[in-house]
Amino acid sequence: MKPPSFQYHAPHNLDEALSLLTQHGSDAKVLAGGQSLVPMMNFRVAQPAILIDINRIKELAYIKDGNDGLRIGAMTRQRTIERDATIAKRAPLLHETVPHIAHPQIRNRGTIGGSVAHADPAAELPTIMLTLNAKLLAKSQKGERWIEAKDFFVGLFTTALEPDELLAEIQIPDLPARSGYAFEEVARRHGDYAMMGAAATMTLDESGKCKDVRLVFLSVGETPLLSSSAAQVLIGNKPTPELIQSAAANTDITPSSNIHASERYRKHLANVLGKRVLTKAYQRAQGAEKTTKN
Amino acid sequence: MENISISLKVNGVQYKKFVEPRLLLSDFLRHELDLTGTHVGCEHGVCGSCTILLDGEAVRSCLIFAAQADGCELTTVEGLAQNGKLHPLQEAFREAHGLQCGYCTPGFLMTLIPFLKENPNPNEAEIRDALSGNLCRCTGYQNIVKAVGVYAGKQGNKETGKQVST
Repeated sequence: MKPPSFQYHAPHNLDEALSLLTQHGSDAKVLAGGQSLVPMMNFRVAQPAILIDINRIKELAYIKDGNDGLRIGAMTRQRTIERDATIAKRAPLLHETVPHIAHPQIRNRGTIGGSVAHADPAAELPTIMLTLNAKLLAKSQKGERWIEAKDFFVGLFTTALEPDELLAEIQIPDLPARSGYAFEEVARRHGDYAMMGAAATMTLDESGKCKDVRLVFLSVGETPLLSSSAAQVLIGNKPTPELIQSAAANTDITPSSNIHASERYRKHLANVLGKRVLTKAYQRAQGAEKTTKN
Repeated sequence: MENISISLKVNGVQYKKFVEPRLLLSDFLRHELDLTGTHVGCEHGVCGSCTILLDGEAVRSCLIFAAQADGCELTTVEGLAQNGKLHPLQEAFREAHGLQCGYCTPGFLMTLIPFLKENPNPNEAEIRDALSGNLCRCTGYQNIVKAVGVYAGKQGNKETGKQVST
C-alpha cells in the first residue's frame, strides 16, 4: 500500500520545529529516521495529517561530553553511534547493543531519539535507556524538562512526551567503577525483531559482592521491563552461578504468546538470556575491578 | 497539500521535479525518472530490494519520501555500469552465477558497494552479516557470497577470494 496524503514541513532549525509542534500538536508526527514510522504509514497503520521532518536540523545530531556521562543529540544516526569511539569507551552497553538493531541500511537512517520516542516494546534502545537510567530532554516552545527513563515509557508506543514536545537529547550517565554490562537477544533471523532480549548492568562493592544490578527485558509487554526480583536476589551477595541462576529464573515477567513465539518459549528465553547477561555483566564487573587495581 | 519542488542528483544527473509529499523515493525513481532498476518488495524495510545509495550510504528507498531527498545525491543500480561496461562487482555476480531472477540483485549490489569500499577484504561471516538485510528467494545466497569473493579476489584481495570460492 502507499501512505495517504499529509501536509509536509521540513523546518531548518529547532525553533521552527517547536513552533510547528505547538501549532499542530497531536495532529502532527515528527519524522526522524523514518525506519519505524514510514513502514507504519505505508501500511496505513499510522495516518498523521501532518509530518514534521526534522532531518534538516543539524544542531540535533551530536555526541558530547557531559559532566557525569555522555550527551547524545536525538537525531544522531544509529550507525554513527555504532562507530563512535567515545561511545565504545564510555557507554559500552550502547555500543554492544546498537549492532543488534535491524540491518545496516536501517541504522544508516534510524536515529537514537526516533527509536526512543517511538517506544516500540520490541526495540533495543528504549530497553538500554531504562537499563542505564538515561535522562531524556524534552523541549517545547514553553521551555524544556528532563524526564527519567523510568518515567518516559508509559505504554505501547506511548511516551511521556506532550504533543508539543520534541525529544532533543539523551543523557547517558557513566557506569560507576567496578561495573559490568551485557546485552543479548534472540530473533528468528539475524536482524528480525527480537522474540526476547535482555540487558544487564552490575556493580560490585570492594569485597566483590553485588552492590547494584539492573536486569531489563524487551518484547515482554507494552514497555521495557525492569526485573525487581533479580535485584532482590543478588544485591548484598556474591553473584555465584547458582545465585545468578536463581535471579534469572525468578524474574517477575509475564510475556504473552504471539505468532512468533509462545508464552512458554519466551519465558524460557527470558530465563536463559537473563542468566547469560547477568553472568557476563558480573565477569565484566570483575574485569573492571582488575583494571582499576592496576 | 500542493506538490513540493525538489532538486536532486541521481547517478550524476541533476533533476528538478514536483512531487506529492507522500510519494516514496522508490516510486519517484521508478515512475518519475523511469529508473526501474530499483525494485519494490515489502515496502516496510526488511527485504532490501529497494536499497540505493543516498549521499553514499545504503538506505531503503521505500522508507524515504522523495520530498526528503531534496538536495541529495543518489546512486541507483543504473549508475554502476560506465559507458556500457559493467561494474566489476556486476561482472563478478555474472561470473559466480550470483543471481537467477535478478529481483533482489540491485539491492545486493547497492548494499555491497559501500560495504566493500570500507571492508575490501571481508571474510565470509562479515559478508553474510553485511548482507543480512537483503533477502533472496532464488539462490540460497551461496553464489552471492561467492560473487563477493570473486570481486574481492580480482581487486587483489586474495584472502577473501580464497575463502569463499569453494
